[in-house]
Amino acid sequence: MFKHFEPNKIFAVTSRAPKYILFLFIVVLTIGLTEALILSPEDYKQSEAVRIMYVHVPAAWISLGTFSSLALLSVGSFVFKNKNFALIAKSLAPAGFIFNIIALVTGSIWGKPTWGTWWAWDARITSMLILALFYGMYLVAWRIYEDKEQVIKITSMIAILGVINVPIIKYSVDWWNTLHQPPSISILSNSSIHVSMLIPLGIMTAAFALFSLLIFLMKYNTELIKIKNKGLDRL
Amino acid sequence: MTNEIILMNGYGIYVWSAFSFTLISFVTLYFVTKLQLSKEQKRFVAKFGSLNLEKARAARSQNINREILLNTSKI
Repeated sequence: MFKHFEPNKIFAVTSRAPKYILFLFIVVLTIGLTEALILSPEDYKQSEAVRIMYVHVPAAWISLGTFSSLALLSVGSFVFKNKNFALIAKSLAPAGFIFNIIALVTGSIWGKPTWGTWWAWDARITSMLILALFYGMYLVAWRIYEDKEQVIKITSMIAILGVINVPIIKYSVDWWNTLHQPPSISILSNSSIHVSMLIPLGIMTAAFALFSLLIFLMKYNTELIKIKNKGLDRL
Repeated sequence: MTNEIILMNGYGIYVWSAFSFTLISFVTLYFVTKLQLSKEQKRFVAKFGSLNLEKARAARSQNINREILLNTSKI
């Protein structure tokens, strides 16, 4: 099955897709920003500060989802001995890291008007910071190790160890007393967030996911061309 | 209306700085990634140009190499 997804076969798609995804991203982001900044209502408690949610929450979701994917791909590269998994994981990491930083910074900005502080060593913020450290270690490892086999092993270990932190982030608001409120959105039960806020949140999440896909494809193409450059040297 | 959007009941500074940080991060990451991609594409074209006829023909026989050259000619 993996043969259909070999870099040589999918490059024709991955090299052409970014321009269409960039266009779609700009369209969805424009709609999302209009909804988030102008059309959506203010919150009865937080007033206009609630609008920060439309960048903070999608960024946190995407960074968590991306790290979970890194771990899954790392397990895949161990089990199936498929180097393409490691290449995909490597290409996903930069966008995930940036989204993690966005979640931390916008969370800090949101904290000031709502909690009266820029930073608190609360369970969710601290566990998100730990996730950023794992992303950092993952990216640095790819830069400092030369040997391909070794770097795949080390980065996979970092991703698999780091993914333990993902459920801790998710359930930190239930397990500990934190400044963060319990989850407002649930897939299995009714969400406590009003639909007028859920729609812009959904659109902004879609825009962020498209941006993540765009960066992933550009990074993946860069990595493939790097490999091909080495191939030309060997000719 | 414009003032309301800018000031946001006194929360404007927080809301706009959060959105600005996000958008600046997006733009920076996009251009850094694009720069890395076009650098590798240019390196590929330069290396390909230095190959002799036989090696160039061998390299061109791979679909992916043809695709890289095709895409690079558009940038």
